[in-house]
Amino acid sequence: MSKPSNEGFFWLLFSAGGVVAALLIPVHAFLFGVAFPLGWIQPPTYEKLLVLVQSPLAKLYLLVLCSLPLFHWAHRFRFTLYDGLQVKHLNEVIFAFCYGGALLGTVAGLYLVVKL
Amino acid sequence: MSAPAHSPTEFHPRWYRERVSTYWWMGSWRYLKFILRELSCVAVAWSVGMTLFLLRALLRGPDAYAHFMHRMQAPGMIGLNLIAFTFLLLHTVTWFNLAPRAIPVRFGGRRVPEFMVAAPNYVAWVVASVVVGWFILRKP
Repeated sequence: MSKPSNEGFFWLLFSAGGVVAALLIPVHAFLFGVAFPLGWIQPPTYEKLLVLVQSPLAKLYLLVLCSLPLFHWAHRFRFTLYDGLQVKHLNEVIFAFCYGGALLGTVAGLYLVVKL
Repeated sequence: MSAPAHSPTEFHPRWYRERVSTYWWMGSWRYLKFILRELSCVAVAWSVGMTLFLLRALLRGPDAYAHFMHRMQAPGMIGLNLIAFTFLLLHTVTWFNLAPRAIPVRFGGRRVPEFMVAAPNYVAWVVASVVVGWFILRKP
């Protein structure tokens, strides 16, 4: 009998993060990474954006946006390293790096939305 | 007591395993596409990082926000963000197109064509993007 594993739980996070990343991240990356820097669209003023991110609903949204996709990254990146580079012997290190990073980002996101 | 399957014993010689090159995914377009799709997750993490830095700038004040927006205008930054955006689109398209494979929908005894299962995802994507864009861009 195989021992119970946590893979199901991590896969669920991967999957949920994948949906959030697919639906919501492109528009953010397009606006702040491409359209605003290239001057295609006038970026919002500081005051306007601040008011927007201070609403409770926006805070919840930002927390989801900054946490679940990181767990999507953690899962996918872990297996890309395993399969692509064949470094399965570094299992623990890679696991700690990926999920540690995702956890760190989540905590940073939580801190920021609470403080804002 | 049984030895682990991979360790050779007197009656169980070492497995024959051909060594796979580290660059196995460069051999064919299918494998390369797979690895590119998997690597799209780096663009996801990168964009979340950008968002966190944006929020930090908003927390620190108007000067920090102006500084952040200025930093995003550096040519190297725009280049990286263009690459990231391309990978994000790859993620979105491959993710949505997986749905009909994961959930084969049947209607009236027939399998619904894949594009009709994937289509609602694209509609949801457009709606979500428009709503988020509207909130960010609307005039006060």
